[in-house]
Amino acid sequence: MIPASAFFALAVVLFVLGVVAFFVKKDLLTQFMAVEVMLNAGNLAFLALAKALGKAEGQVIVLFVITVAAAEAVIGLAIIVLVFRQRKTIQTDDLKDLRG
Amino acid sequence: MAEHFWLVPLIPGASALLLVLFGTKLSRRWIAWQASSAVFLSFLLSLAAFVHLARLPDASPGLSKTLLPWISSGSFSSPIAFVFDHLTAVMALVVTGVGLLIHVYSTAYMAEDRSYARYFAHLNLFTFFMLVLVMASDLVLMFVGWEGVGLCSYLLIGFWFERPAAAKAGLKAFVVNRVGDAAFIIGILFLLAQGGGSSFAAINEGAATGLLPSGIVTLVAILLFIGATGKSAQIPLYVWLPDAMEGPTPVSALIHAATMVTAGVYMVCRLSGLYAASVPASTVVAWIGAATALFAATMALVQNDIKKVLAYSTVSQIGYMFIGCGVGAYAAGMFHLVTHAFFKSLLFLAAGSVIHALAGEQDMRRMGGLKKHLPVTFPVFLVGALAISGIPFLSGFFSKDAILTGAFAGGQYALWAAGLLGAVLTAFYMFRLVYLTFYGEERMTREAGHHIHESPRAMTIPLVFLAAFSILAGYVGLPVLFGGKADLFGRFMEGSVKTVTHHLAVSTEGLLVVLATAASLLGLALAYVFYRRTPALPGRLASLFPGIYRLLVGSYYIDEVYEAVVVRPLVRGSEKVYVRFDLRIIDGTLDGSAAAAGLAGKGLNILQSGLVRDYALAFLLGAIIFLGFLLL
Amino acid sequence: MAWAVFFTLSFLCIGSVAAMVLSRNQAHNALFLVLSFSSLGGLFGLLDAPFAAAAQVLIYAGAIMVLFLFAIMMFNLRGELPARVKKVRLALTAGLGTILLAELLLAGRKLVHGSPGAAPAAGGDTARLGRLLFADHLYAFEITSLLILAALVGALALAGRKEGA
Repeated sequence: MIPASAFFALAVVLFVLGVVAFFVKKDLLTQFMAVEVMLNAGNLAFLALAKALGKAEGQVIVLFVITVAAAEAVIGLAIIVLVFRQRKTIQTDDLKDLRG
Repeated sequence: MAEHFWLVPLIPGASALLLVLFGTKLSRRWIAWQASSAVFLSFLLSLAAFVHLARLPDASPGLSKTLLPWISSGSFSSPIAFVFDHLTAVMALVVTGVGLLIHVYSTAYMAEDRSYARYFAHLNLFTFFMLVLVMASDLVLMFVGWEGVGLCSYLLIGFWFERPAAAKAGLKAFVVNRVGDAAFIIGILFLLAQGGGSSFAAINEGAATGLLPSGIVTLVAILLFIGATGKSAQIPLYVWLPDAMEGPTPVSALIHAATMVTAGVYMVCRLSGLYAASVPASTVVAWIGAATALFAATMALVQNDIKKVLAYSTVSQIGYMFIGCGVGAYAAGMFHLVTHAFFKSLLFLAAGSVIHALAGEQDMRRMGGLKKHLPVTFPVFLVGALAISGIPFLSGFFSKDAILTGAFAGGQYALWAAGLLGAVLTAFYMFRLVYLTFYGEERMTREAGHHIHESPRAMTIPLVFLAAFSILAGYVGLPVLFGGKADLFGRFMEGSVKTVTHHLAVSTEGLLVVLATAASLLGLALAYVFYRRTPALPGRLASLFPGIYRLLVGSYYIDEVYEAVVVRPLVRGSEKVYVRFDLRIIDGTLDGSAAAAGLAGKGLNILQSGLVRDYALAFLLGAIIFLGFLLL
Repeated sequence: MAWAVFFTLSFLCIGSVAAMVLSRNQAHNALFLVLSFSSLGGLFGLLDAPFAAAAQVLIYAGAIMVLFLFAIMMFNLRGELPARVKKVRLALTAGLGTILLAELLLAGRKLVHGSPGAAPAAGGDTARLGRLLFADHLYAFEITSLLILAALVGALALAGRKEGA
């Protein structure tokens, strides 16, 4: 049997990769994809722990996360489309309206 | 009725408050009636209390009432409490009586002025504070009144504040007084440090019984007296009084002749126990009084402004009062205070009448021959001049004599001689004034002279009253040689002041009276010679002794000396402090902190780049730190 | 055997994510992610979570990533070449990432203790999941369905063509 800790380690690596991807990339869409990676890493971690601790709630959470991630992706993409329509760019360096 | 005496200060105080709040909305008639009635009511109450006191046997304590507990800290307490004993009775009657006459006079004198309400508000306020001063039962409350009258003096001297001279004069009065007050406060503090409290009874007792160590007694007495030199315009702090003539003439009459400037004399008499217990302090008082009496009289000899003559005269006469106090004849000092209040305010108000008649002219060189034009003003003025000169049977004669006799009887022959010389000078400069103003050829300008008229009744009636008092007031203080009714005043005062009595042989007293009379007549005769017989004489004398003449005209240049030695260094010093401390340090700190806040803001602004990626970085950092805490 | 599958799938997963980081073409990025999510589905299966595995492949790899691809194609950003990443930023990210990695691994060690854990029942697993979903967590389930409806409406409202726009 593969120990759950291996899966957990994998999840951690995946998460950190997602974080790095978020910071390295400059266009909104790819950064959004990095967020999805992070969510998936989280899912993996949940499942690993569900296996390790013997609780099935982990899987329930994972289902919910997938569902919510889907909804979020829909809205997020809709917003990105709107931004693109207005600004004709999705380079985050150009979207500086929050500047103080 | 007499038990309501504590209302005496409060009624004018209430009137003042009303005038301050609503004065501009009231009609002039109303203001005149309200202000005058307030003082009149106080006068009636004072009179009632006085009568009550007079009926009691001699040397009984007066009325007293505590209104509010005020300061109470540890063993020291200073309540707001009034007393009404013999000394207070005299002062209260003078303040309210003469004050009433001056209020009435002012209703006509200030009729054209646009700040009518402000004037009467200030005048009522002054009356309030002065009455607090004389009715206070302890030194601290008296000091409240002391400061209050100083404030009102400033306000009233600078009443026409748009005139720079008036504003400067008001400021000068206040600042010079402040110097005196600083000494006064230090005196109070030394006293309080002894732990005996600040009530007059306690102080006088403590000095008499030796509870207060004699060094402290002398120190406190001298410090308080320095305060008195400021308030009562003696050497060295008299310099504000001549300048104070910038104020309206009724103000000069009330504040700078009859009441405020006599507060110092009142204070010394009130603390007669203290001063009697300290020979050095009493000596200082008497000698400063004598020096001032002569010094000011010499300056009055050459003044051309009618009010300035009277101002220096006031300084001189108050010197006499202090001579009386200094030799232990406190009752004599108070007696002269009362008579002086009458004839000096008479003189000031009559001078005001003259100025009014000449449409504002105050220079005596441009007066003359007014005798026939002013049928009321002239006689009363003459009465005042005779009184102050000590011509027999008028009030000034009796009071001045009481002081000189007291000095002689106490063995202070030098002081007596100084007083005598001063009497000569007094008669001289007063009749110089009379001759220049009322006799001789008319030297006034066309504008001044074209409508010479006697003053309205509201102004002349008070003059008549004051003249009557100037004649009659002397009879309460007859010298012993007049027999049974002698010295009613002195006996009345015994309840409140410790008078040192020495007894002289009747013949010695008679000789002193003759000498005093001779001195006054000599002065009068000299004035006649100089200003009626041979009018060219003064000019020739001045050209013979130009140095002395210029010294006198320039008031010994004391003002200039003070300016150079005290004022200018202080001003320069404060400018330096201002630049180094106020501007650089305080403002610098403020501006600096503001600039620092701005810089901090700009620095923090870098964090707000508007880029989501930077904000996410912040999240990440936060998460890392948080996890770090959790793990460690 | 299981280890071989595990390593293959993990390698695929991490490799495709790494490739996504390195690639600059957005369509490539999306496709790499599809690969990554699919292998993740396989890993879910290794963890005795068949339903989750199926859901992952169907929804994540199948629906969400396709949606991404639609968006990419809509933007039509062929011409753009994003600028190089600044060295400072790279170093900072690498550093922070390493720290995060270390911290999370530490946390995981404390949490999991390296135990293989109890092996849940093989067949009745989905049934058990269903029971949990529809009984214990019904409330959350229903709300999630509302959430999806809201997302649908929201997307339409946001990105639907306006009249005459």
